[in-house]
Amino acid sequence: MDAKISLFIRLVQSARGRSPWLFHLNCGGCNGCDIEFLACLTPRYDVEQLGIRLEGSPRHADILCVSGPVTRNTQAALQTIYAQMPAPKVVVAIGSCPASGNVFADSPSVAGPLEKFIPIDVYVPGCPPRPDAILEGIAAAVQRLKARPVKGKGDESHV
Amino acid sequence: MSSWFALLIFPGFLYAVPMGWLMLWLERKILARLQSRIGPPFYQPFFDFVKLMSKEPIPRAKGEDVFYLLTPLLALGATLGSMTLLPILASSSSAVGDLVLFIALIEISPIGLVLLGFFSRSIFGQVGAIREATLTIATNLPFITALIALGYASGSLRLSEIALNAPSVVRAFALLALLFCLPIKLRLNPFSVANAEQEIYQGALTELDGWRLGLWELVHAVEWVALSGLIVTLALPWRSGVAFLDALIFALLSLALVVILTVVAGATARLKLLQASRLYWRWGFGLALLALVVSLFPFGG
Repeated sequence: MDAKISLFIRLVQSARGRSPWLFHLNCGGCNGCDIEFLACLTPRYDVEQLGIRLEGSPRHADILCVSGPVTRNTQAALQTIYAQMPAPKVVVAIGSCPASGNVFADSPSVAGPLEKFIPIDVYVPGCPPRPDAILEGIAAAVQRLKARPVKGKGDESHV
Repeated sequence: MSSWFALLIFPGFLYAVPMGWLMLWLERKILARLQSRIGPPFYQPFFDFVKLMSKEPIPRAKGEDVFYLLTPLLALGATLGSMTLLPILASSSSAVGDLVLFIALIEISPIGLVLLGFFSRSIFGQVGAIREATLTIATNLPFITALIALGYASGSLRLSEIALNAPSVVRAFALLALLFCLPIKLRLNPFSVANAEQEIYQGALTELDGWRLGLWELVHAVEWVALSGLIVTLALPWRSGVAFLDALIFALLSLALVVILTVVAGATARLKLLQASRLYWRWGFGLALLALVVSLFPFGG
């Protein structure tokens, strides 16, 4: 019986690792990171061979890729979108802005950094980071995704 | 061959689901190769499905979940049911009027998607549902006209008799019209208007998460097998009589059809709703009407 359960868990973890779907959210950044992020999807880097797909709806996604310092305007949308994603989910902060606010730090229109609002799993530093670095960050996020308990309890399953 | 065997094993569940996954993979792989990418590995649709089913979606009201569970299951059952009607083997016995039943069953899943789009109360879902409904009407005009032409020309509403007896001229025109309808029924480029990812976030499927989305992905996989299967069975005027060989020919030709459809999809850009429906009302219907007119004349028979 135990062997069957562990086989099932291994199948689920394997599936999670092989089909991470991304949702890309710009929280008021300068668009530099977004251009680098979209470069990952082009034939040169071709993330689809790792099963990665860019999804239009946060409800389909496993990994939330956030760029930009969280501005006052985007803060509510960010929290809604995070809440709409089904567990298990991980968050990748792309670029220096979500980590520290970068050049926008202390601006009156910036409400960030990102960690004030949602838990972050992986930081990809850089202004902007290269596509290789973003891919490495997503690969690290996939490992976090696989490590999540298979029968967790919603959002609290976050480590 | 009992109908339970047909529904559950061949050409039903046990054949259609892995074959559908293979077709979904082939579609993505060919598209990737056309864009000089490597593309996903062949097990990709299977792991996508397992992952979606194992997610923990946001809880919804019980009544909503009943709807989200029953619609894709109904669509899955109906599409598998339509598969069982296809005269793939020489021994496939078909009932009187199974052509009508086939049309009815294959339409359950678009209707389910339209309902789903409105039910999701998302603006993208509603736009997707409206587009799906408009295109379903536009595409069914040539689709059903072509099938009527085939039925009339072979003097029967049995799929097996149509497949074996339809005169070749009518068959050629009608199959062209049916093939023309396929991209819209499978929501492929240039007619992927109802599930446009960039404009309306996949339309009716926007608000679905976890297993709710996974079940619809499964329905879509089986739809691929059923619709390409219809074209292949109607295109082949003979059966070898050896069950294994017939099944193999059917499977290989279905995969060849996927290649054709994907190359067309990869080479074209999405049309607007008006352009797509006009194309079907004019040219699709014109082609099907031609098949119908030819079937009225003796040289067609």
